[in-house]
Amino acid sequence: MAVSVDEAVSAGPAPDHPSPARRVRRRGRGRSVLEVVLLTALAVVMLFPVLWMIETSIKENRDVYAVPAEFFGFTVTLDHFRDVFVGADGGRSALSVAFLNSVVVAGVSTVLATVLGVPAAWAYSRFTLKAKKDQLFFVLSTRFMPPVVVVVPIFLMYRQAGLIDTKLGLILIYAAFNVPFTIWMMKGFVDEVPAEYEDAAMLDGYSRLQAFWKFTLPLLVPGIAATAVFALIFSWNEFVFAIFLTSSDEVRTAPPAIAGLIGGTTVDWGLVAAASVVFALPVLVFAYLVRRHLVAGVTLGAVRR
Amino acid sequence: MGTVAVQGLCKSFGKVRALDGVTLDVPDGAFFVVLGPSGAGKTTTLRAIAGLDKLDAGSVHLDGRDATADAPAVRDLAMVFQNYALYPRHTAYENIASPLRARRRPAGEIAAAVERMSGLLHIERLLHRRPAQLSGGEMQRVALARALVRSPRAFLMDEPLTNLDLKLRVEMRTELTRIHRSLGATFVYVTNDQVEALSMADQVAVLREGTVQQVGTPTEVYERPANQWVAGFVGSPPISLLACHAEGDRLVGEAGWTLPRPRWATAADGQALRLGLRAEDLSVEQRGDASLPGELYGLEPLGDRTVVDVRVGTEILKVKARPTVTGTPGERLRVTVDLDRAHLFDAGTGLSLSAAGR
Ligand SMILES: Nc1ncnc2c1ncn2[C@@H]1O[C@H](COP(=O)(O)OP(=O)(O)O)[C@@H](O)[C@H]1O
Ligand SMILES: [Mg+2]
Repeated sequence: MAVSVDEAVSAGPAPDHPSPARRVRRRGRGRSVLEVVLLTALAVVMLFPVLWMIETSIKENRDVYAVPAEFFGFTVTLDHFRDVFVGADGGRSALSVAFLNSVVVAGVSTVLATVLGVPAAWAYSRFTLKAKKDQLFFVLSTRFMPPVVVVVPIFLMYRQAGLIDTKLGLILIYAAFNVPFTIWMMKGFVDEVPAEYEDAAMLDGYSRLQAFWKFTLPLLVPGIAATAVFALIFSWNEFVFAIFLTSSDEVRTAPPAIAGLIGGTTVDWGLVAAASVVFALPVLVFAYLVRRHLVAGVTLGAVRR
Repeated sequence: MGTVAVQGLCKSFGKVRALDGVTLDVPDGAFFVVLGPSGAGKTTTLRAIAGLDKLDAGSVHLDGRDATADAPAVRDLAMVFQNYALYPRHTAYENIASPLRARRRPAGEIAAAVERMSGLLHIERLLHRRPAQLSGGEMQRVALARALVRSPRAFLMDEPLTNLDLKLRVEMRTELTRIHRSLGATFVYVTNDQVEALSMADQVAVLREGTVQQVGTPTEVYERPANQWVAGFVGSPPISLLACHAEGDRLVGEAGWTLPRPRWATAADGQALRLGLRAEDLSVEQRGDASLPGELYGLEPLGDRTVVDVRVGTEILKVKARPTVTGTPGERLRVTVDLDRAHLFDAGTGLSLSAAGR
């Protein structure tokens, strides 16, 4: 292996740094040995835990503990996935309730952050405001702190307000964390859309808000989608607030619920792995969407002008 | 009716004073041109009339009524933006229909109006296209159609021809003048092209750094510029300015030449002046006794005429001559001056001394 790396390096700069045109041509046909080696190593390191998780989720419990570990040839079972959704009594499992809670909390808090953040971003982009830069910096600065720093004061405030162990409490705190992010990200997208469309619309006879709604908002859809997906992923993955601010099975979201599976006298690793797979799937889908929409968002301005 | 009157408009962007007390009076039905170089505040003036920007000071009266606080939608104006601002997701048809849809006109009326406008501007074939599928000239026509589809109180046009190539620009100039005549509506038309201003306008307001330098008919602005700056900005080739002062009945140039002092030149003896001479009021042929000595500096053949650059002392005179004129640089010659058409400016204030006397 070391030899092949040396060979690739000593081959000199010419084949290693092809012109852009050549690189494009080469892309389909294969990569240099160095690239393949590095990418393979990276892929193994990055994907091994994921593969292990997936394997564990479809192994029977006795195979999970087998030493040496079996990578192939074990009996495949989907029992763990059934257990994620169906409880021991045949009804809904606590985990499935947690997943539903996650969907509700992440979804509603994202909608809330978007509904509040997009008009705010528009206002910051379009209007002359006093100390606009300072305001924007203040908005951003609320994201500087890690959640764990503020969780104790928020816990105390929530206790007074009766928001402890409620979905509403989680929705509000996630929305509060996502609004600054939404404002910042969306302001970039709004800045890209010329204000003159709105000016023209107002002369056509529309009010300022109608002009925004009818002419600017449709152009912002890719940006809004990308921003919302980021907010969604944040809310979906969030653990610290969830574990401090909720306790009952009816309210808890998936991250603390999955974490709660570990720590008893016996741990059902198959169930943990299956729950983790189910939990990770939406994030994979969202991440894929972000990638697509981010590209659309970046080229939005270039295409139109 | 369609009068537009703005009074004492002031608008700053940070430290930049875009408008510094602009007052304009646009009569009903006028083709009123605001002429000025880039950055003079022309766009800002139009946006103030349209109500798109908040003003620092000043008022806007439309048809005699104070509209300073009115929203753009209720001012009943139409505007053609400098870069057209066509809605990118809408077809040309929808763009043109937009002002009527916004005002909730019946569908039949909208279709008829769009059809009439597209016929007038020869864009029938483009109606289903989006702005990205249109050329600059086509976008410009669609933008015009969007403005003209309604009969607003006045039309505001922000350099609508600037982005077009020369041939199209000349065509559209005639076409716009024709449209203005047939509509009889008020046009407030902004341009940095003095040829456009002189050829299209009933009245011209010359704007510089947010202040109005002069308002008048194209002839007035060209023949009797209020100050040295207007004289230099309006006219092509630009007016030649020579430093001089009055001495008794003569004008004495800093370069040593003398000319008879025009009767109307009211300057005190010794006061620093600028003599303004337009190319067409100068000649390299011997015609009168008022003439300046110089040497040939260069020839600029323009087809129908040749502009002869003549060096007088350290200054260059631009002289209009027949296309057949010849000469070699360095050759000595005399430039005949039509003093009745000359301009004198106070070198300090730049103000015209000739305007009052004639
Ligand atoms: N939105 C703005 N922000 C900052 N400066 C501006 C803005 N609009 C115009 N200006 C400045 O005001 C001056 C006048 O601008 P403008 O009215 O666009 O000039 P014109 O249309 O005559 O070229 C310029 O110096 C310009 O840089
Ligand atoms: Mg402009």
